[in-house]
Formats: sequence, C-alpha cells, structure tokens
Amino acid sequence: MDRLLFGDNQFFGVNHMSEEKARAQAVRFQTTDAVMEVLDSAYDQGIQTFMCTTHERVAEVVEIVRTNPQRYPSFVFYPCMPYAHKYANAVTEHGMLGALRRFVPDEGLISASLRGAGSLAKKDVEGLVTLLVDAEMKMFAGVSTPVIFLQNVVVDLLLGLGFEDAFAMFDRHVRRRYGAEAGFITMNLPMLLPVLERVGVRNPIVCSSINHAGFRMSGGAEAYRAALQEHECRAIAMSVFASGALEPREALAWVAEFPGVESVVFGASSGRNIESTHRIASELWPDVRQPSAEAAPTSDLVS
Amino acid sequence: MGLSHVSILRAHPDVDLRAICDSSGYVLDVLHKYTGIGVYTDVEAMLGAEQLDAVVIATPTGSHYELVMSALNRGLHVFCEKPLTLTSAQSLELAAVAERRGLVTQVGYHNRFVATFAEVKRLLDHGAVGRVTHVLAEAYGPVVLEERGTTWRSRRSEGGSCVYDYAAHPLDLLTWYFGPARAVSGTVLGEVFSVDTEDEVHGTILFDGSVSGQLSVNWSDESYRKMTTRVTVWGTGGRIFADRQECQVYLRSEAGLPEGYQAGWNVRYTTDLTPPVWFYVRGEEYSAQLDYFVRAVVSGSTEGAGTTFSQAAETDQLIEMMLEDAALGPRAAEQRPAPSEPRATRGRLGRIRSVRARARSRARGA
Repeated sequence: MDRLLFGDNQFFGVNHMSEEKARAQAVRFQTTDAVMEVLDSAYDQGIQTFMCTTHERVAEVVEIVRTNPQRYPSFVFYPCMPYAHKYANAVTEHGMLGALRRFVPDEGLISASLRGAGSLAKKDVEGLVTLLVDAEMKMFAGVSTPVIFLQNVVVDLLLGLGFEDAFAMFDRHVRRRYGAEAGFITMNLPMLLPVLERVGVRNPIVCSSINHAGFRMSGGAEAYRAALQEHECRAIAMSVFASGALEPREALAWVAEFPGVESVVFGASSGRNIESTHRIASELWPDVRQPSAEAAPTSDLVS
Repeated sequence: MGLSHVSILRAHPDVDLRAICDSSGYVLDVLHKYTGIGVYTDVEAMLGAEQLDAVVIATPTGSHYELVMSALNRGLHVFCEKPLTLTSAQSLELAAVAERRGLVTQVGYHNRFVATFAEVKRLLDHGAVGRVTHVLAEAYGPVVLEERGTTWRSRRSEGGSCVYDYAAHPLDLLTWYFGPARAVSGTVLGEVFSVDTEDEVHGTILFDGSVSGQLSVNWSDESYRKMTTRVTVWGTGGRIFADRQECQVYLRSEAGLPEGYQAGWNVRYTTDLTPPVWFYVRGEEYSAQLDYFVRAVVSGSTEGAGTTFSQAAETDQLIEMMLEDAALGPRAAEQRPAPSEPRATRGRLGRIRSVRARARSRARGA
C-alpha cells in the first residue's frame, strides 16, 4: 500500500462538518470531467490509489481509466462496498429479502442465479456474500483492485451482531475470486481487531478514523493506540483532518507518530490542496511516492 | 432499524442480550445460525420464557400500544421506537402505567442525542437569544421517489407516513425546546407520489410565550442524500441555526453570553461537540440514546435528554392536532367576506361561524 491514498467523500456530497460545504461539493462534482480533473492532479502528484465506494458514478471513472492505459499505467482502485444508501433505500422500500433479491444478479449467468436462489433457500450466507460482492465488483472489470474493502456500516453492524464468520467469508472470497486482499473499514477498531484474529483473518488491512480530535474513535484514542500495538495489522487512517476541523500539518504529524498506521486516506477538491497535503506528508514519511518523471502531466486527454 | 438496535445492544458492555423476536422467521433463522442469538416469533412466548429486565421495541407504530403494554405489565423497562402510538390517549395511558410501576421509559427520538441539537437546547435554556419569537423546523429526504410503495411505511394506519416517520422528529425537537403545543393552524398534508398517505407536511404551531413555529417536511426530496433535519430559532437576542453537522449562532448582545460564545457569529461543529461513544454503527446518536436507556435502567434515573413516554405523548398530541387541522381544510377563497364587509379578526372558528351564518341567511333569503 502507498502512504497516501485518495478518497471520494468530497465527490459525493459527504462532509461531516457542514451540509453547505457538502452541497457545494456535490454541485461542483456533478460532471465526471470535474472528478477526473482532481483525480488527475492526484495521480500526477504520485497519489495513484483511489479508495472509492461502489457509487454508480465511480463506474464512469473506471471506464476512463480502463480505456486510457497510456495515461493511467499505475492507477489502482480500492473498491469499498457496499454503497450503503443504495441498500438502505431498497430495504426501506422492499423489505430485507426483497432488497436482497433485487441485488443478487439474475441476468445472464445461470450459475449466479442458481447460486442466489439456492443460497437464499438454504440460508447460506456465504453464497449470498459472494454474489453480492461479485455484483458490486462488476464495474471494476479490467482495472487493478488489489484491496477490496467492506464498508464500516456493514462491518460494524456485523461486529455488533456477533456475525463474525462473515469477515472470514469476505476475506476468502476476495482472495480466491479476485486475487485481492480484504480490507475492513470500521469505527470500532479496538473491538474489531481481536475478532478478525479469532476468525483467522491474518494481518488484516483495516481502515478507521484516526485523528488528533478523537473524532469517531469509539472507545477513545488510547484504546486505538493499545489495539494497534497489540494486534498485527496494517492500518489506514481516515478522517485525519476530522473533516477540516484540524490544521493539516498538525493533524498529519500526529497520525505519523501513531503506532501501526501505514497509510492515510484523504480527500481534497483541488490540485492545490492535494499538493499541500502531499508536501506535508513527504516531510513526515520519507517514502511517500513522488511524481514520476514519465507521468504525462496533460489533463486534456480525458476531456 | 431493528438489526442496528440488536447490533448496538449486543456490543454494550452492560447488556446481556437474551433474545430477539421478529415476524420474519427467515431473518431469525439466519441470525440464530450465525450468531447464536436466542430467537422467537411469538412475543408472549419470549416474555414468558426469558428472565428480562428491559425490552426494546422496534416494530411499526401500529403495534406499539399492545406490545408496550404487555411489557409494562410484566414489569419491564421499555425503549420504544418513535412515534410511541397513533393516539395521544394511548401514549398517556402507557406513560401512566409505567409511572405507577416505576419503570424507565424512552422513545427513540435520536435527534435529542445529536450534539448540535442538544447545543440548541442548552442555548435556549440559557436564554442566549432572548425572548424567542419564531422557530422553523424542517426535515427533508429521499424516501418516496416514485408512485408506488408496498411496505407499512406507506400506510398511515400502521404508522407509516411522512407525518409519523419524518415529521415526528422535528416535532419532538420542538416540544423538547418549547413544551407542548397550544394551537395549530394551516396544516397541509400534501401528496407528491404516494396514493394512500402524505409525502409533505406543512403547518403553523403555536407554543406558550407567543412562540410561533413553522414546520416544513418533505420525504420525497431527492436533492438530499439522506434524511436532513434542521432547526432555526429567532429571538430578540439573535438567531440559532442547527443541523446534524453544525450549530451557527448569531448573538446580538455582549451581556449574558453563554460560556464560549461571543457577540456576533459563532459556529460549533459536530466534530467538536459530539462526545465519543463506546460503539458506533450508524451515527453516534443511535448508540448514545441506547446507552442512555441502559444507564437509566441501571440507575433508575431519567434526568436528561431521553424522551420519556409522557414527553412522547406531547408529540403524539401535536401530530393529532395537525391531522385534525388538516382534515378541517384551508379556508376557500369563496368563503372570504364580500369586500364591503368588515374583515373578520375572530380566528378560524369565528370565521367558520360567520360563513355558516351567511349561508343560512342566504338560504333564508332565497
């Protein structure tokens, strides 16, 4: 994993501090061109991993990257699934089972629909998990996805329920089917790490809010510190700026000192902000990827 | 909703979650198979078999009264999802039973546990904006976006409607801030896509102390990514605006400022105001409200932000008043007095009487 990963909240109107700011960003990033302009400046800075939800608009980004291999030779996607609102709305409208039926792929592949019907009838969750993952992964065919994440809404719901086997099922499936590593986003890192260990997910990739403000660090920053020291894992810090509440240099310096943090995922809406974060990170971590000489600094390729 | 309650409670260090009951045997079987949770499809069987201290009820509102009453009669503390019941009479009855038995009650109005809305309460209790004159309470989101709907949420008789599902939240904030409503008028229940229920709720609410309120709610608004609730309060000493993310406060005077506030603009963000929770699934407030309930059961004290049954009954009564008001309908243009007559200033009842009197006199004259 690279030190710096690029996130997608800013593209889809998510901001933990301000509804106004979220809306302004949603307005600004209505077109995929506007999204690509920012992704291009991140890529050209050397930030080549895009950690993204399976939002339908990400499919357009994937298409551009897939069809422009000269422009994006090392572009990497870390898909995070499921895109929760899609499911939440479907559950509200169709009930839990109705929603599942809608998302289990039923067109084309006979084996998939048999797998779906059989799994539903046998209450075989592993079969369903693999189907739902495959449905979400369709949009990433033909691009590099070395790590596939389960979103925090699902991870934390399962964690609370005690549905621990689901983590191992997800891990097995993304390894076998996609040759990828499983990642787990969570707001409850100290509670999750021992569970992953127990179900046999070794040295897991985990992504969690880790910030100086203690924002969304369930159990507190000290519990996170202790958990990361005690358990073998590769941690990605998110919300390092607490959605803009923290001053960037101080925020990144604090995270750089935190044990077990291998990478930081951050979002930005402009090339200038990306550059500034990249510069600060390069001072804190000597191995931050730098812009490569052969990177084509042209942004008109995709317009 | 039920699943996240189970998840949050099972992760609570002071809770031993004994069993869950649901009408969907399928979901129960899957949960039992993979998590070992005890499961029931018959609530009376569960209450009879298990030794329980408390129950959490997260079913459609139409079923609340019977379920809650059954639990209270067995001496169990009850957390019930909102709204409490479909009539304030039933809610008051439940509140009375709980009080007689000394049981802790709470209704799932989670906005009271959103730090920014709690900050508004703190500011109002402090008198930060002087004498409050007006409040605007809003909720928007994307629930019903096309002309269909087959779940209980689209049937008001079961408690599924924009009034019960969406409007109840800002109305609970209003009764928390300003007490029970004294009067309502101009209520409009508008349909956007639904056939059997309303998608919009608008109306005027009057509170003690000449506070007027305006409600604007729409669950067919796709421009919002998810449900968004917000409150704006105007007073002689300034203005407060709050949504889930931030609390923007304009204060006019230097005198009597709340601690940490200055004259002019002040902004407080949820990232600063929100106390950490022990376990997070879908928002701090959902964890915090259940933690509050657990603590209340353990300590027996319900001083604080939780909505008790008797407080929830105030919201149920306000909903009832608005439904009655909407049924009366607006005053039609042809009911206006002729231009030569003096303008009526007697309120709607007076106007209705005068319209009827005119109709009678016209009938006599004909």
